[in-house]
Amino acid sequence: MVPLSWYLTLGAILFAIGVAAFLVKRNIITIFMSIELMLNAVNLTFVAFANHWHQVSGQVFVFFVMVVAAAEAAVGLAIIIAVFRTRETLNVDQVNLLKL
Amino acid sequence: MLHQVLFIIFGVVCVAGALNLLLQRHPINSALSLIVVMGALALLFLLLGAEFVAAVQVIVYAGAVMVLFVFVIMLLNAGVEEHTRGSRVAIFLGIPGLIAFFIFMCWAIGSNGSALGQARIGSFYVPTQELGIALFREFLLPFEVTSVLILIAIMGAVVLARRER
Amino acid sequence: MNPSPNFNLWLIPILPLIGSAINGIFGKRFARSLVATVALVFSGAAFGYALWVTAQFSSLPQASIPHIERLFVWIQAGNFSVDYGFYLDQLSLVMLLVVTGVGFVIHIYSVGYMAEEGGYYRFFSYLNLFLFFMLTLVLAHSYLLMFVGWEGVGLASYLLIGFFFLKQSAAQAGKKAFITNRVGDFAFLLGMFLLIRQFGTLDYDKVFRGIAPMPVEHSLGFLTITALLMMFGACGKSAQIPLYVWLPDAMEGPTPVSALIHAATMVTAGVYMIARSNSLFMHAPIAMGVVAVIGALTAIFAASIGLVQNDIKRVLAYSTVSQLGYMFLACGVAAFSAGIFHLMTHAFFKALLFLAAGSVIHGLGGEQDMRHMGGLRKLIPWTFWTMTVATFAISGFPPLSGFFSKDEILWKAFSDAQHGSWILWLVGLITAGMTSFYMFRLWFMTFFGERRQPLHDAHQEPTGAVHAPGAAPADVGHQSGVAHSTAAPGHSAHGGGHVHESPWIMLGPLVVLAIGAFVMGWVGIPQALGGHNNFDQFLSPVFHTSSEPARAVENFPAEPQKTENAGEERGLELTLAGTSVGVAVLGFLLAWQFYYRRPELPQRIAASMSGAYRTLINKYWVDEAYYAALINPIVDGSRTVLWRGVDVGVIDALVNGAGTTSKEASGVTRRMQSGSIRSYAGWVALGAACVVAFMIYAGTR
Repeated sequence: MVPLSWYLTLGAILFAIGVAAFLVKRNIITIFMSIELMLNAVNLTFVAFANHWHQVSGQVFVFFVMVVAAAEAAVGLAIIIAVFRTRETLNVDQVNLLKL
Repeated sequence: MLHQVLFIIFGVVCVAGALNLLLQRHPINSALSLIVVMGALALLFLLLGAEFVAAVQVIVYAGAVMVLFVFVIMLLNAGVEEHTRGSRVAIFLGIPGLIAFFIFMCWAIGSNGSALGQARIGSFYVPTQELGIALFREFLLPFEVTSVLILIAIMGAVVLARRER
Repeated sequence: MNPSPNFNLWLIPILPLIGSAINGIFGKRFARSLVATVALVFSGAAFGYALWVTAQFSSLPQASIPHIERLFVWIQAGNFSVDYGFYLDQLSLVMLLVVTGVGFVIHIYSVGYMAEEGGYYRFFSYLNLFLFFMLTLVLAHSYLLMFVGWEGVGLASYLLIGFFFLKQSAAQAGKKAFITNRVGDFAFLLGMFLLIRQFGTLDYDKVFRGIAPMPVEHSLGFLTITALLMMFGACGKSAQIPLYVWLPDAMEGPTPVSALIHAATMVTAGVYMIARSNSLFMHAPIAMGVVAVIGALTAIFAASIGLVQNDIKRVLAYSTVSQLGYMFLACGVAAFSAGIFHLMTHAFFKALLFLAAGSVIHGLGGEQDMRHMGGLRKLIPWTFWTMTVATFAISGFPPLSGFFSKDEILWKAFSDAQHGSWILWLVGLITAGMTSFYMFRLWFMTFFGERRQPLHDAHQEPTGAVHAPGAAPADVGHQSGVAHSTAAPGHSAHGGGHVHESPWIMLGPLVVLAIGAFVMGWVGIPQALGGHNNFDQFLSPVFHTSSEPARAVENFPAEPQKTENAGEERGLELTLAGTSVGVAVLGFLLAWQFYYRRPELPQRIAASMSGAYRTLINKYWVDEAYYAALINPIVDGSRTVLWRGVDVGVIDALVNGAGTTSKEASGVTRRMQSGSIRSYAGWVALGAACVVAFMIYAGTR
């Protein structure tokens, strides 16, 4: 007997914390993890709405989000490894060669 | 009643884990707290009647993706974050943007909250079979596409992480 | 309206234009003789054609005068249209003959005078160009086409005054002439605009027909304003007060230019215009009075300045201004034909004076200061005798031409019932005396006595000439009457000491003009002296049919009550004629005394009346006054306000500012591309918030 808005609020809070972590943290892996956190928050919202409207497609969508998140995590981490090899650092502030 | 208690417990766990991710300095701690968040989220999914999603969350997300993160952290021997000069834009534009976003969301949710009604345990329970049927009937094309996507991701990850000769 | 045969009048201006074009475009590669031939052939052809037209004119029936030829429609704007057409009546015929005749003679003279100058082809190109414009002016059939010629002769004058453009003073003088003329042209334009507004056209015949039924204005009405404006334009071109200041400086140009443009033809354009507009002026007596007053004032003013000038060309320049004042005076007292008569005789003797002065200068190797001349009578006899004829003519000694024309003006100034006044006559008389004095002064100083060689430290002599006051940042310069021995460029190559007579190509024109100066007056001998005043009768259709109010004319034996006081008038005229001759003789005697018998007198008088002398030699400080009141404020205003303020401060600042602003704006926008991932994240977060806000906003509507 929980109002649905609570779930949505929780999702919003998680998303906000994910964005904050994205903005504040310096380690690139942590930043990636904050992306995962944001995706999770979205997943929660999807499932909540699937429950509200009694549709299964919400959960199917969650399924796909997870797949994409996994693929993205894999490729992203590979890139991080490649960057680490050249830059010897995981600090995102030091990967700034594209500066004008 | 029980629903509310469970929700509050797991919700608090989620938020605490997320805050921990934000506040920890060492990335391994952040990773571990993220795993905690995912676990709590899986339980919340269960409360909402999504058993398959909850299982997949634990198995795939927490069990594979986060493990991958932990492996990479250990591989790269990522240490404690050192303090470097940040970006002023991120602080002065991003944080207010974030706060504004949060307020919008809360307002949207709050103003329509009563229309959303209640979520009962067991009001909508999706058996895996039903999910499978939906997945392989209406969502067949996206399913196949995602399988191709995974294949590409594998190849990409392998190529990108290859050591240069 | 016009069944008379086609004279192809357009040929007359076009011929010198072709000559000018040939010389201008190809002349640089021609030999000098070829340049001269081209110039002479085309100007001579114009003269010949003018003579032929004259012969044909005499056979035209009365009804087809004025003879108008329209070539094509030049401007068509709504209701207003102007044709390119030509107008031939007695007045334009007289002007045509004067312009082409004197012009051709001066062309011949220039071949000799300019023989050693640089830019030979340019000179003749400009000279022919001048003829083209002057002929367009004289033959035009509408005010607008006349204005084209008007401006064109101003242009030619500028080009020719500044012919030695490498000399700073010559370039300044050219500019001064052009700008001063422009001021007058502005008034002329305003007058033309008023005519268009009233009559919707600028063609002579239509305008005059429109003016004829209008009543005579005795207040500042439309016609008076128009007439005053056109008079101001004529003041600019004909060097009257207040726009005469350019003519003395125009003596920087070569002497044939001074003779042709600034004595015989261009400066008379103003008089011609007033004479042509005689019906307009007759309907505006106030304007005519102004014309007369200005003419008289200018005459006496310029004569007074000419009394003390030391440069031979300056004396003649002021004399020209003064004689033009006489012509204006004549028009102002409704004696238009007398004014044109004087114009014609003046063209001959003034051109002769200038050409002879040029011959003197040429013979002396460039010396222009009369104080360094003297005793040239036996050395350059032909020049001497022709100049003598001209001097006696301008002073008004009978039976030379100047006497008849000047006397006609003075008589009309005295006697005209509606427009004349004895004050005007008196001013004219005094001016005649002064004219005689300074002309004979010139004559004596140049040809008689002992040669006064220039000293080598001539700069320290008390020359009495003052240059521009202070350090005025003036762009338009002026000169007083000082000329050193290297004055006329190019002539110093002759060498200072050896005086020689000019070649025959220069003397021939002098003789021709001298003959003209002698006999030309005989076409206008008044009835009082036994003649029939043929000239006035010849021009009477022009000046009678287009003006409504009749004026008292003694040549038309009309009303019976005239015959009684005809004899009385005749006696009065003879008395006045005798008076003017007496004044001329008085001038001669004074000059003889001062400059021949007792040459130390002038300096003693100058020293004792030093205030008056300094005023005269500084030309009443008019140029300085113009500088202080008009030119310097305008130049300073332009420099500070328009240049620094507007051009640099506003326009340049706008253009530069646009560039600087874009640079700065892009400098700010560039910061977005910082390469820092976190700042990108910040931007994304902000953008996301905006998108969400928009969607909420769109969703709630």
